Amino acid sequence: MTLQAITVIGHDRPGIIAEATAALADLGLNLEDSTMTLLRGHFAMMLLCAGDVPSGRIEEALGSLTAGGSLDVAVREVPEEAQAEPVASSYVVTVHGADRPGIVSAVAAQVAAVGGNITDLTTRLAGGLYILGAEVDLPDGTDVESLESSLHATAERLGVGASLRRMESDEL
Amino acid sequence: MTADGSGGAAVDDVVGRWSETDLGVDGHVLDVVTAPAEVLTTDGTKVDPSSPEVVQLAADLVATMRVSPGCVGLAAPQVGVGAKVFTVDVSAHPKTRSHHGTFVLCNAVVVESSRNEKAREGCMSVPDFTGDVKRASRLLVRGQLPGSGEDVEVAAEAFEARALQHEIDHCDGLLFLDRVAGAHAVHARKTYL
Repeated sequence: MTLQAITVIGHDRPGIIAEATAALADLGLNLEDSTMTLLRGHFAMMLLCAGDVPSGRIEEALGSLTAGGSLDVAVREVPEEAQAEPVASSYVVTVHGADRPGIVSAVAAQVAAVGGNITDLTTRLAGGLYILGAEVDLPDGTDVESLESSLHATAERLGVGASLRRMESDEL
Repeated sequence: MTADGSGGAAVDDVVGRWSETDLGVDGHVLDVVTAPAEVLTTDGTKVDPSSPEVVQLAADLVATMRVSPGCVGLAAPQVGVGAKVFTVDVSAHPKTRSHHGTFVLCNAVVVESSRNEKAREGCMSVPDFTGDVKRASRLLVRGQLPGSGEDVEVAAEAFEARALQHEIDHCDGLLFLDRVAGAHAVHARKTYL
């Protein structure tokens, strides 16, 4: 049993997912985690599937998707990763403001500087407004207030607003 | 009884005074069922609140809730019983405003709801995920107390309202996963109690 990482990127049209997943199901592959979205109108999908089929055989089966030249497909075997250890504190970072180069790198640098791990990140540009939303795991003992001030300082320098909020979930 | 317009919801006296000792039986701690499980996705059957089985189930639900860290509510399907019975106790939770302490309701339905608020919730029966769910923060629920079978209305707000909706959903065969706010609204759980 191997784990295969498949990415499909390109021109969006109805039916891509149906076609791709039908081909994978025909090969007896089991879809595990996957995510798909539109990035400025481009179809973008990543999925991990488990099975006994080599990467080349999967690429072949997905050949019909790439036939028109508007979609790229890549398949490669990846190792099983250990599940991340539960962390004590997860935070949401949001940034919004006028678009300019360097917003993501500046924010990510502040998170990396305290050993924080970004576990989810989405950015969008619409009109002149740029927005960033990230989920961040912070190691135990992180000085959250100090990270918050450095994020605010960074945001101010870039002329945008930033916030850092603890991610809460209620057990019911 | 309805929530008053200005401040918090009024607390129903009969429900507020109720405690599991009123049941007159000892509760046993039961195993909690986790998804996937058919009982969690099946509409629970209506019960006779005065029947000895339902009284025992009510006591068992309270006992199981009490031993589960952070647990503020538990519904019969979560202990493998496809029936419309649940318990709630949000009295110790920091997000609680008004509350009715510990109580059990049978055959409960939502009569009125308003003021939706989105929050991330987790569930003992879905241990690896959390989800962003909109729930009414003002709520009127009608049901019966186990044992006496007395008809009661509970006007709840804030966290107690959220807990009630989550448990009533369980009794109707729904999980928070059925109500999440979008494709990216289910999250891998980061912290465990």
